[in-house]
Amino acid sequence: MAVLTVSEENFEKDVLQSEKPVVVDFWAPWCGYCKRLMPVVEALAEDNAGRFLVAKVDVDENSALEERYEIMTIPTLILFQGGKAGQPLVNPASRAEIDDWLRDQGL
Amino acid sequence: MSQKTVDVLIIGGGPGGYSAALYCARAGMKTLVVEKLSAGGQMVLAGTLDNYPGFDEGIDGFELGERMKKGAERFGAETVFEEAVSVDLSANPKRVTTNRGEYLARAVVIATGATHRELGLPEERRLVGRGVAYCATCDGARYKGRRVVVVGGGNSAVTDALTLSKICEHVTLVHRRDALSATQVYHAQIEKAGNITFIGASDVIAIEHDRKVTGVVIRSKETGETARIPCDGLFIAIGRRPVTELFAGQVEMDENGYIVAGETTETSVPGVFAVGDVRTKLARQVITAAADGAVAAKSVESYLRTL
Repeated sequence: MAVLTVSEENFEKDVLQSEKPVVVDFWAPWCGYCKRLMPVVEALAEDNAGRFLVAKVDVDENSALEERYEIMTIPTLILFQGGKAGQPLVNPASRAEIDDWLRDQGL
Repeated sequence: MSQKTVDVLIIGGGPGGYSAALYCARAGMKTLVVEKLSAGGQMVLAGTLDNYPGFDEGIDGFELGERMKKGAERFGAETVFEEAVSVDLSANPKRVTTNRGEYLARAVVIATGATHRELGLPEERRLVGRGVAYCATCDGARYKGRRVVVVGGGNSAVTDALTLSKICEHVTLVHRRDALSATQVYHAQIEKAGNITFIGASDVIAIEHDRKVTGVVIRSKETGETARIPCDGLFIAIGRRPVTELFAGQVEMDENGYIVAGETTETSVPGVFAVGDVRTKLARQVITAAADGAVAAKSVESYLRTL
């Protein structure tokens, strides 16, 4: 499953009302750390199709979402389950860190 | 847990690691790269590289990393995206355990590179993303119109301060020495910026915060007096450190933690080689890392013949 591109317009429907959990990657195209993480985010989507969805939000184009979720550093990953935001993961340094973070939240 | 045996296992997928992988795979060795996140290492964060020859208009560091990976894969090198958690380098074959499995290798190439240095304050890690940052070009835009503190006095701290001065209301540059060690050309630019205050001979001793950073506490090295600087962001630019914790006590390192290895990339342990920024060397560049990779493959080949 590919990574969904989510914006202010469809965030409510595609993330908050999603039946499956959604990992959202808050990022921007100019950000080196975000680029470095993107292959990992894509692999997350591929490897976990069926378990949860993976989406990305460009913070430059969606500043309302950036403010609502207090994104101070990108990339930041947030897992949404039943419309609720979990503990954010800021700029993870390894896939193992992401695995642990998902496991801590029951995935 | 899976177990797999290879001729050469390379820890780290930056330019040193993938150059070693390319040369080893092309020489017919069964080659595995263990990379914790994604290809490219530090150069991914550099944006456009203008000092890697052959790209007359520069090349994006991320793209170069991906292409180095593909270039090695073309000759059969494999990559697993796992994090090495322990190694036994004295064993024969050598053993590398990751968060997902265990690997046996006749030779190991250490290509773990370097990363930003931390201040080491108790709240620092918890506040990353809540006001603590290490990359002004990455995170500066989030501090538009705010007050920030930059720690450090070298070229990266000063260029960070200059970058931030264009975005933020005010920048305070705090350095432990009384004068900046950055190249002279930057000193005038700091003055000209008009909104940068330099405070020398001072250490940052605490980060004040509620949910986010609200200020830092500094202490003068001369008088011992402390002062509070209110700010929304703390940018830490105090240099780099090699990523070598995993090998502590097994391979000889210098006083800064770099793995002692000369031109041949041979370390103090037979069959263990070090390439790129992690090795003791004069110039830490993408091209010198790549060169190390090529040399390491030769050294690995010679070593394997002795087994």
